Amino acid sequence: MRARSEAASLLSARRSRKAMLFGTWYVAEHGLRTMSSYVTTIITGSIFNPLIYLFALGIGIGSYIDANAGGIGQQGVSYLTFVGPALLASAGLTAAFEETTYVVMGGFRWSRIFWAMNATPLRGSQIANGVLLAAGFRIVFTVVAFWLFLFAFGAAPSPWAPLAIPAAILSALAFGAVMMAIACRIEDDDSWFSIIYRLVIAPMFLFSGTFFPVERYPLGLRWIAWISPLWHGSQLGRVASYGLEQPAWLVMVHLGYLVALLAIGMRLSHTGFERRLSK
Amino acid sequence: MLHDMNDGDSVMIRSRGLTKVFGSIRAVDGIDFDIGKGEAFGFLGPNGAGKSTAMRMIAGVSRRSSGDLTILGMDPNRYGPDIRGHLGVVPQQDNLDTDIRVRDNLIVYGRYFGLPLSYLRTKADELLEFAQLEDKAGAKVESLSGGMKRRLTIARALVNEPEILLLDEPTTGLDPQARHILWDRLFRLKESGVTLVITTHYMDEAEQLCDRLMVMDKGRIMAEGTPANLIRRYSSREVVELRFGSDRNEDAAKRLEGTGDRIEVLPDRVLIYTDDGERDLERIVAGGMRPVTTLVRRSSLEDVFLRLTGRSLVE
Ligand SMILES: Nc1ncnc2c1ncn2[C@@H]1O[C@H](COP(=O)(O)OP(=O)(O)O)[C@@H](O)[C@H]1O
Ligand SMILES: [Mg+2]
Repeated sequence: MRARSEAASLLSARRSRKAMLFGTWYVAEHGLRTMSSYVTTIITGSIFNPLIYLFALGIGIGSYIDANAGGIGQQGVSYLTFVGPALLASAGLTAAFEETTYVVMGGFRWSRIFWAMNATPLRGSQIANGVLLAAGFRIVFTVVAFWLFLFAFGAAPSPWAPLAIPAAILSALAFGAVMMAIACRIEDDDSWFSIIYRLVIAPMFLFSGTFFPVERYPLGLRWIAWISPLWHGSQLGRVASYGLEQPAWLVMVHLGYLVALLAIGMRLSHTGFERRLSK
Repeated sequence: MLHDMNDGDSVMIRSRGLTKVFGSIRAVDGIDFDIGKGEAFGFLGPNGAGKSTAMRMIAGVSRRSSGDLTILGMDPNRYGPDIRGHLGVVPQQDNLDTDIRVRDNLIVYGRYFGLPLSYLRTKADELLEFAQLEDKAGAKVESLSGGMKRRLTIARALVNEPEILLLDEPTTGLDPQARHILWDRLFRLKESGVTLVITTHYMDEAEQLCDRLMVMDKGRIMAEGTPANLIRRYSSREVVELRFGSDRNEDAAKRLEGTGDRIEVLPDRVLIYTDDGERDLERIVAGGMRPVTTLVRRSSLEDVFLRLTGRSLVE
C-alpha cells in the first residue's frame, strides 16, 4: 500500500512540477482561446484604429502643421513621424487595458474561472502571469499591425525604426501589469474601470507628449508625462523611429522606468491574486 | 466506517483545531476530524454553518487562520499545488468556462494539471460518457441544464483521476430527477474507491451518500457518526407529527406532555419522539384530541439537527 501511494504521489509530484513550469502558458492558452471568440473585433480594431489616426493626423492636422510650422517635432521631421511612435504605444496601452481590467474582473467575479484554475496545481502568481502573457500576444499583434501602417505612410524613416515596436510593447506590458494589480483588488464594482479610463488614461494620452513635445507644457503639468508609461514608451519609440536626440542616460531612464513599472505591477498582481484566492 | 485512525496510510485528511476567521466572524471554529481512504464523509449543516469555508481549506486554497491540517500527509500552506494535483473539486458555485464548449472544458481544465493532450482527448470522451453528456460534447455551456452543468463540473473534477473528490452542495438547486441521476453517478465513484467529501444541507442526501457525517452549526461540530448511529444517539426510533393549526400548536403541546420521550414544538407542527408512533397516536386520538393532520414516520437526520441546535436544517 505504502509503495503504491508513493508511486502515485511521485507521478503527480512530477505532474504538478510540470504544471508549475508551464502553468503560466496554460493560463495564457486559455486567454487566447477566449480572445478567439472576439478575434474579429481585435483584427478590425487593429486595422481601422491606425487608419483613422493616420489619416486624421497625417493628412489632416499634420499637413496643416507641416505647412505652417515646418513640422512640430525637433529636427524638422513631419508631424506624422513625430506622433507615430506615441500613437503606436498608445494602441498597445489600449489593448493592455482591455485585457487586464475586464478580463481580471471576469475571472474573479463573472465566469469565476480563476477559482477553477486555482483548484488545480496552478498558483495565483501563475494565473496573473498567464493573463499578462495572453494580453502580450494581443499587444504584439496590435502594435505590429499599427507599425506596418506607420511604415507604409512613411512615418518610420530610420533604419532603427522597427525598435519602436518593442518599446511600445514594453510600455503596454508595464501599464497592463499596473492595471492588473489594481483590477485584482476591486471586489465587484467594474464602474471603477471607466472612472480610471476617464480620470487616468485619457489625461495620460493628452499630457504625455503625444501630440506635441512635453517641453511645451507648463512645468506644473509635465509630471504627468514623467510618471506615464506612455511618455516613456513614446520617447523610446521616437529615438528608434526617427532618431530623436536624447542623451544616453535619459534613454536608460525611459527603459529603466518601464522595466521597474512592469516588475512592480507584476509583484503587486502576484500578491493581489494570491491573497484574493486564498481568502 | 472501516478505517483505522492509527494507520497513517489510510487517513487522507486530518484536521485538528481547524479555524478560519473572517474579521469578527469565526466561520470555522476549531474543528477536528479524520477522513479515511475510500470513505464518503459528509458535512451536514444549514446555510452559514461554515461548510464551504471548511471545504476551501481542505481543497488546499483557502489559508487557515489557525489549527493543523494535513491532506495526503502534506500541509496545504506549503504544498498547496502538490496537494491540489491529487484532488478533484466541485465548488458550490459552478465555475465552468462559458467561453468554450462542453468537451473543451474537460481538456482545458486537464491542461492546468499539466496533462498531455493525447491523454486528455481519450479521458474527455470517457468522462463525457460517465457524466451522460456524450451528445452535448460540442454544445455551449450555457445551453446545459443545471443538472448537466453539475455533472460536467463533476466530470471536470475527475480529469486528473483524483484520490479525493470534494463536492460542495452537489445537488443544491436541482430538481428531484436531476438529483437522483447525480447521486447515482456519485455512488459509482464511491464504489470505485474514490474518497468523497460532501457538504450538504439536505438530510436525505447525507443519508444516501455518506458513510459518516459531521453535523455542523455556526462553525462548530455538533456531533459525528454514521447516519444511523446519529439518529440512534440523538433521536428516538419514530416521530409523530401533528398539526393543530398554527395558533393552537403550543396549547396542544402542553396537553400532550408526557407522551413519547420528548416533544418539540415548531411554528407549524408538534413533533413527538417515541419508540412506537402508531401506539402513541392511537392514545392521543382516544384521549379526545383532534389534530388537523397526523403523520408517523421514522426519525431522520433533520430530527438529529433539531435536537442538537433547536432549529431546523432548511429554513
Ligand atoms: N470570503 C468571506 N468573507 C467574509 N465572510 C465570509 C467569507 N466566506 C464566508 N464567510 C462567512 O462565513 C460563514 C460561513 O460561510 P460558509 O462557509 O459559506 O457557510 P456554508 O457553506 O455552510 O453555508 C458565513 O457567516 C459567511 O458569511
Ligand atoms: Mg456553502
